[in-house]
Amino acid sequence: MIRPLIQGLALTLKHFLNPFKVVTMQYPDEKWTPYPRFRGLHELQRDENGKEKCVACGLCSTVCPAECIELEGDENKKGERFAKTYEINMLRCIFCGYCEEVCPEEAIFLRQDYELASENGKDHIYNKNKLLVPLKKKK
Amino acid sequence: MIETLIFLVLTIIKIGVVVGVLLLIIAYLMWVERKVIAHMQVRLGPMRVGWHGLLQPIADGLKLIFKEDIIPTHASKVVFVLAPVIATVPALMAIAVIPFGDTISIFGKSIDMVITDVNIGILFILAVTSVGVYGVILGGWSSNNKYSLLGALRSSAQMISYELSLGLSLIGVIMISQSLSLVDIVDSQAKYWFVILQPLGFLIYAVSAIAETNRCPFDLPEAETELVAGFHTEYSSMKFALFFMAEYANIITVSAVAVTFFFGGWRGPYLPPVVWFLIKMALCIFFFIWLRSTYPRFRYDQLMKFGWKILLPVALLNILITGLVIILL
Repeated sequence: MIRPLIQGLALTLKHFLNPFKVVTMQYPDEKWTPYPRFRGLHELQRDENGKEKCVACGLCSTVCPAECIELEGDENKKGERFAKTYEINMLRCIFCGYCEEVCPEEAIFLRQDYELASENGKDHIYNKNKLLVPLKKKK
Repeated sequence: MIETLIFLVLTIIKIGVVVGVLLLIIAYLMWVERKVIAHMQVRLGPMRVGWHGLLQPIADGLKLIFKEDIIPTHASKVVFVLAPVIATVPALMAIAVIPFGDTISIFGKSIDMVITDVNIGILFILAVTSVGVYGVILGGWSSNNKYSLLGALRSSAQMISYELSLGLSLIGVIMISQSLSLVDIVDSQAKYWFVILQPLGFLIYAVSAIAETNRCPFDLPEAETELVAGFHTEYSSMKFALFFMAEYANIITVSAVAVTFFFGGWRGPYLPPVVWFLIKMALCIFFFIWLRSTYPRFRYDQLMKFGWKILLPVALLNILITGLVIILL
């Protein structure tokens, strides 16, 4: 009855006498690298020639449980389909990864960026050309 | 005439110094507690505000001052505003009789390092800390909130139950030192500290003191996870700060009494007496904080059972044994 009490005190004292061994990561100075399969910010892919892989089939929009993807398709001069506008509402997105799983072209992936906070509500609609980076020169 | 004037001025200076130091200690006790508990739980405490969080109490104080002061709709206004005051002032008043050091002499005049040497010192302290219980009850009742009332009732029931064993555990010391005045008690510890002569009394005092000040592991009435926040749910801004200050002032008072009664007060070799007093008090307060970071809470019925069925008989037993030893030796 008394022994566990003393053992508890001894344990906390031991922690106290080692003030440098803490498990806290001081956030802006020390950041955590997520695991490789971490589901963070989305990224639309391009193929080797620089053409966007997304063909605007709409599967991601249909499967999304939070209904946060809106897209419009169009055809370019060669007759290939591409997405004219592609918007993800980051406030609704739950980062489940279903769009990544269902995409037949492997065009959308969820990467590692998790710092998506903003003070302006309108910043949260991530547009294809502005914020679904990197779209230029990225494989 | 001039003697009275000098006495008055000296007392006012002593009061000023003690209250000033006390308020500073209370403010930084919050910082010390957060850092110590954090390190004991393998984490850092406040680190951002100032170097390692040293400006955190100031930031907290400023934040509390700027918060909106809410009085609930059907609360009894006078009692609501008075309750934190009734809780805080007795806690601070009890420091008035505690001796910090030996008699020093400045300019040929000898000054006692105690604000007033009342010859019923410990009775004064016990009486004054009992008035602090009123603050808790009035706070809970005047909030017009069922849960605050329940929290206040629990808290005050706990405090008055453990006051009994608190007082009884000190009677052993009083029997040995034959005087109620704190200065005399410190003087009679010249040979042995009373913790050696009264180990059981010390243990009872320690447990009762922790329960009396509503600290972990006896802090169910103000636990944040049950009963919202107990009796100070409806308090905001400065009144809440006053309740907080009252709790820390109580801790300091109870530690100071422990040091005076059981650990020889300001006695110690080499260093000046005030320094010894502060060191011993710091160790006592560290022990309080250590307990808080280690133990889970007692359930309320376990708490009350422990106070009435275990501590009270053991305290009476302690008095019996002390009396027998004094008679037989």
